[in-house]
Amino acid sequence: MRRFLFPLGLFFSLVCLLGAGLRLNPQEIPSPLIGKPAPAFALAQLALPDKTFGPQDMQGQVWLLNVWASWCTACRQEHPLLLELAGRNQVSIVGMDYMDARADGAKWLEKHGNPYRLSILDTDGKVGIDYGVYGVPETFVIDKRGVIRLKLAGPVTAEIIEKKLLPLIKELNRA
Amino acid sequence: MRRLLLCLMLAATPALAEPTLEQHVTRLSEQLRCLVCQNQTIADSHAQLAIDLKNQVREQLAAGASDQEVLDYMVQRYGDFVLYRPPVKPSTWLLWFGPLAMLLAGLGLLFVKVRQRQPQGDALDSAGETHAA
Repeated sequence: MRRFLFPLGLFFSLVCLLGAGLRLNPQEIPSPLIGKPAPAFALAQLALPDKTFGPQDMQGQVWLLNVWASWCTACRQEHPLLLELAGRNQVSIVGMDYMDARADGAKWLEKHGNPYRLSILDTDGKVGIDYGVYGVPETFVIDKRGVIRLKLAGPVTAEIIEKKLLPLIKELNRA
Repeated sequence: MRRLLLCLMLAATPALAEPTLEQHVTRLSEQLRCLVCQNQTIADSHAQLAIDLKNQVREQLAAGASDQEVLDYMVQRYGDFVLYRPPVKPSTWLLWFGPLAMLLAGLGLLFVKVRQRQPQGDALDSAGETHAA
């Protein structure tokens, strides 16, 4: 009997290892940009085509950069939460309308509501590549010095906002 | 005949310049993971992001960047995850050397077990079989 113990133990530790592997989310790819300055850009604003916006305009503030698009269905899921978050006036949210047409983006905001302080238009996705965007929506938390502190891939949930975003924003605002 | 071949080759050279860049792009793209469809390379994938990244690879190679510069550009943005062949560093030692370590451990265990069994001699063949079962 005793000689089965070792293989059995080995088997169960393998099962545990594989079980833990199943719980990991393969969509969550750690971003190399955490702790690095937000890549610079100057993109035209969605509402004001002749005005540009860049990360340096938010110097001294904690802000969120939320990547969205009118063609993105998962964005609709997180949109009410962003509207609510914007209503709390704790943090500015800047939208990046990713690989989208100006008219489509504007129409989408009109229809679903606008939680953004402003949105910028990344028509060809070049700035998206600099930010390592690989899916929409994605959300970046950027601190007062312009350093990326957190990146969330996929739609934010009420739980993520309460447990991750708000505590981090509070902490960064104190710094 | 040989002269004819040479002529043909010379005539084909200008047309070849583009295909070689394209081959270079494909060769490099095969080392890069598509982040949307994670088990494909960006060379295989038709996802919009993969096409955009391939265009980036092409632009940078055309501008004279080396393979390593292009790979570094991708890693800076998407992390090591974008490389199909993960770099050897402390956090990937287990990945790179784990299988070899396990093989060596297994061989070592086998060696010890076989050594333990030897003194029992030839007469115990059938006993050996029950052991193995």
